[in-house]
Amino acid sequence: MSVLLTAVATLGVIGAGSAAILYMVGQRFKVEEDPRIQEVQDSLPAANCGGCGFPGCASFASACVKAESMDDLFCPVGGQNTMDKVAAILGRKAPVAAKKIAVVRCNGTCDNRPRLNLYDGASNCTIASALYGGDTGCSFGCLGLGDCVDSCTFDAIHINPVTMLPEVVEDRCTACGACVKACPKDIIELRKQGPKSRRIYVSCVNKDKGGVAKKSCDVACIGCTKCQQVCPFEAITIENNLAFIDDDKCRLCRKCVPVCPTNSILELNFPTRKETPPAPKEEEATVTA
Amino acid sequence: MLKTFRIGGIHPKEKKISAGEATQSIAIPDQVIIPLSQHIGAPCQPVVKKGDPVKVGTLIGKSVGFVSANIHSPVSGTVLKIDKALDASGYKRDAVFIKVEGDEWEESIDRSPELRKVCDLPASEILHKIAAAGIVGMGGATFPTHVKLTPPPEAKAEILIINGVECEPWLTSDHRLMMEKADEILVGTTIVMKALNVQKAIIGIENNKQDAIKLFSQKTNGYPRIEVQPLKVQYPQGGEKQLIDAITGRQVSSGALPISVGAVVQNVGTVFAIYEAVQKNKPLIERVVTVTGKEVKQPCNILSRIGVPLSNLIDMAGGMPETTGKVVSGGPMMGKALASTDIPVTKGTSGILIIPTLEAKRKAMKDCIRCAKCIGVCPMGLNPTLLMNLTEYEVWDRAEKNHITDCIECGSCSYTCPADRPLLDYIRLGKGKVNGIIRARKN
Amino acid sequence: MEHKLIVSPSPHVHSGDTIQKNMYNVLIALIPAFLVALYVFRLDALIITASSVLFCVGFEFLIVKYILKKTPTLSDGSAIITGVLLAFNVPSNLPVWILALGCLFAIGVVKLSFGGLGNNIFNPAIAGRIFLLISFPAQMTTWPAAFPAAGTTDAVSSATVLGTLKFAPEALPSLQSMLLGTEGGSLGEMSALALMLGLVYLLWKKTITWHIPVSILATVAFFTGILYLFNPLPLYHPLIHLFSGGLMLGAVFMATDYVTSPMTKKGMLIYGAGIGFVTMAIRLWGAYPEGVSFAILLMNALTPLINNYTSPKRFGEVVKNG
Repeated sequence: MSVLLTAVATLGVIGAGSAAILYMVGQRFKVEEDPRIQEVQDSLPAANCGGCGFPGCASFASACVKAESMDDLFCPVGGQNTMDKVAAILGRKAPVAAKKIAVVRCNGTCDNRPRLNLYDGASNCTIASALYGGDTGCSFGCLGLGDCVDSCTFDAIHINPVTMLPEVVEDRCTACGACVKACPKDIIELRKQGPKSRRIYVSCVNKDKGGVAKKSCDVACIGCTKCQQVCPFEAITIENNLAFIDDDKCRLCRKCVPVCPTNSILELNFPTRKETPPAPKEEEATVTA
Repeated sequence: MLKTFRIGGIHPKEKKISAGEATQSIAIPDQVIIPLSQHIGAPCQPVVKKGDPVKVGTLIGKSVGFVSANIHSPVSGTVLKIDKALDASGYKRDAVFIKVEGDEWEESIDRSPELRKVCDLPASEILHKIAAAGIVGMGGATFPTHVKLTPPPEAKAEILIINGVECEPWLTSDHRLMMEKADEILVGTTIVMKALNVQKAIIGIENNKQDAIKLFSQKTNGYPRIEVQPLKVQYPQGGEKQLIDAITGRQVSSGALPISVGAVVQNVGTVFAIYEAVQKNKPLIERVVTVTGKEVKQPCNILSRIGVPLSNLIDMAGGMPETTGKVVSGGPMMGKALASTDIPVTKGTSGILIIPTLEAKRKAMKDCIRCAKCIGVCPMGLNPTLLMNLTEYEVWDRAEKNHITDCIECGSCSYTCPADRPLLDYIRLGKGKVNGIIRARKN
Repeated sequence: MEHKLIVSPSPHVHSGDTIQKNMYNVLIALIPAFLVALYVFRLDALIITASSVLFCVGFEFLIVKYILKKTPTLSDGSAIITGVLLAFNVPSNLPVWILALGCLFAIGVVKLSFGGLGNNIFNPAIAGRIFLLISFPAQMTTWPAAFPAAGTTDAVSSATVLGTLKFAPEALPSLQSMLLGTEGGSLGEMSALALMLGLVYLLWKKTITWHIPVSILATVAFFTGILYLFNPLPLYHPLIHLFSGGLMLGAVFMATDYVTSPMTKKGMLIYGAGIGFVTMAIRLWGAYPEGVSFAILLMNALTPLINNYTSPKRFGEVVKNG
């Protein structure tokens, strides 16, 4: 009996002593943290994807609390809803940002862009692009080895086995920008999703001269400036033989699409045209699928 | 026991089938393409424009920056245009297109075949001539030679090592050059010794080139300060650090230059080019290229002007075999696979290796079985399988701690791996990333 | 373009070495030991080995195909090795159903549940043996006498050398019979000589390096040698320890398993010394007469740690320049 008592007593004393020490240490080294940081963090999606430019949701939360204004802070995963919530917690107002989505600016399918050699190295775009221009005549286009797919934490981008090009799943894409960083050819761009997902963009990044570009790919932008001339809103710029549509200025009038001699400007999710519809593009169907 | 380097190494089948073929010249085509980036470092600035007449030896690209090398016209004719052209890098880069008319040389070049043994120029003048002639490392690295011969002021070169190892299987261009231009190479060696102010030079030759070892042993009788050192056949003995270890027993530590152990290494081809530049005023406009392969009809060694399309050289060797799967510029271990044979010979083209389809394809990669064979063969004493994993998972800090930047990309790990893992593919990628991170940290 | 060229990063040649070749080399190296087992135990040796291989290969095929739903990669030969090694580690009269359980554990739990060849932490054959030893101690420690009379295969049980050494040291057999393998014991651990032949073959083929087997054997010899110097009892005789029990089989074939042994030379030496030390500790002071399997299993567990703390000797790191 006394053994039992001794054991209980000893353990009790040790326990109480430890608790006291823990309490004192806890008081002594207490870190005062703004309680709002936790509150903000709780309202974030907890994806820790880094899409906001911070290492994770926790650091984004503390940046939100510390920042003077919310202008440069945006959680691409949570979107406007989340940012409104965060702003409400902090008693500020979130600026309205348009929802963005990843866009693959290459349409060099096996039909459009013939393969000239067989790549047989490790299945990794960065390795292949460090080796050479790629398995087609276009040294700017997609290599199709899927670095973007590997980088995506939301399973929102896949390589289509027929075209060998990546396709974005609109519902899943959070515009976190991981694929943009992963692509060694800088093909993927974050663009405004547009009303009803309607978008117009130049699906090419080839900076070769027109003739060279056209020779290697049927749907390459040849920098002919026709789209620039027809655009009523000055949304199209041409640099290094390559057209670019500024999605802030573009009003989705679609005038540039039919004038493009190489069909390198794509329109997505628009209703079919009444007068002289352009040849149906299979890419539209697959991208929205 | 023959000397060799002490860590790792492999011995692939040598297959030097073109070793006995005397060097032959190739005809100059109607048009040549001269890339403006044939060396490591900044590309040249073109100094000619469309319509300009050029002679053999006319400067057409001027080096910009410290690490860069001049480029001269290898033909006479008219500049057609300066445009992008595909080169061995696999990308389209700036190049000078020249229409060939006749074969008129610059007057300053001494074209007589006689050997000019005596060089009484001061070291600075020698270096100046080497830089002006646009000489780069001919072993394949194409590092500008005048930069390599200008050691930092606090370092002192003690020994010059001439690299006649040619450890890559198949290639024989250096071997042929040694057999045919031994005297010039020895004079070139004395010139480099003078430029560096060193008293001793050793020519390292692997033991599979008995004839070259014999020839140089005889010839060096007239040169008391030059020795020949036969070496055990072992890849990658031609690597600078490995060769220094093999010959002097000194190891260059991580990140340091060979000069830190008092050694400077020059390839035999480079030394020959130095001879021609200093004694004959001839810039680097041609080189020996081995064209070889299992199915090649007439494996041969060709003295080719820079800018001749590789397809012409292949035709001279009996044409492209039906079974061709892969065309490699350089040797099978470190050479670059080409997407097209319509690219020009450049200063660094040591050989063209044609591999049949059946042997060209890699086998599917399996899981690592941790057999540690890659560790055993790595000549730098690294852990290739760990480095590959760290690269795959982008753990750059650990990759740096495990010295990924020491990798010399010799390919011994991938060559050996029984699970066919593309170790070097990933390590090369990781090395580039880590080097970038280190550079960014310094700035 | 009439012909598509293949483009890949260097190197463009391969040694031709494959996982299969290495695995089949191990199998070839096991042949002498198998012949000795056949000679000593006759048909029993064949039955046990064949059924063990069959179970291992069969379980691997079934599990990979129907549970993991992947393409079975039996051709790499690793399941065959596991089967042979497990058979070599059991008495020749072990009931086949017990053996089947061991195979299932080795392949299903130890190997495939970790991801298959290359990803397992423990050597499957060793773990399978220990699983059987713990689950069926009686069957696993009764060995039939060598050279059974025809027709009476499941006759007398005999002690192993180590058992005798530990519990009845006066009845020790001669060193010569241990070397040749005419004393009782598990199937494959009979003849130290046959196993050493295998070691020579593996070293010649460069399938393994000398570091692991030599460091194990050297540690055992060193350890017992010192004890023998002070106290020359048969219990401490280095040669008896080297040539008896599973030490040789373990040192040459089980500890050198690529997947579960360290990758650096330094690490291999540490690992081998560890196995030698633990083996001797169990043999001399433990409850079991034999401890090689436990030693290997323990060091398998330490392998990732050893890998983490040893790195290969780098170029230019240690060498004194001069």
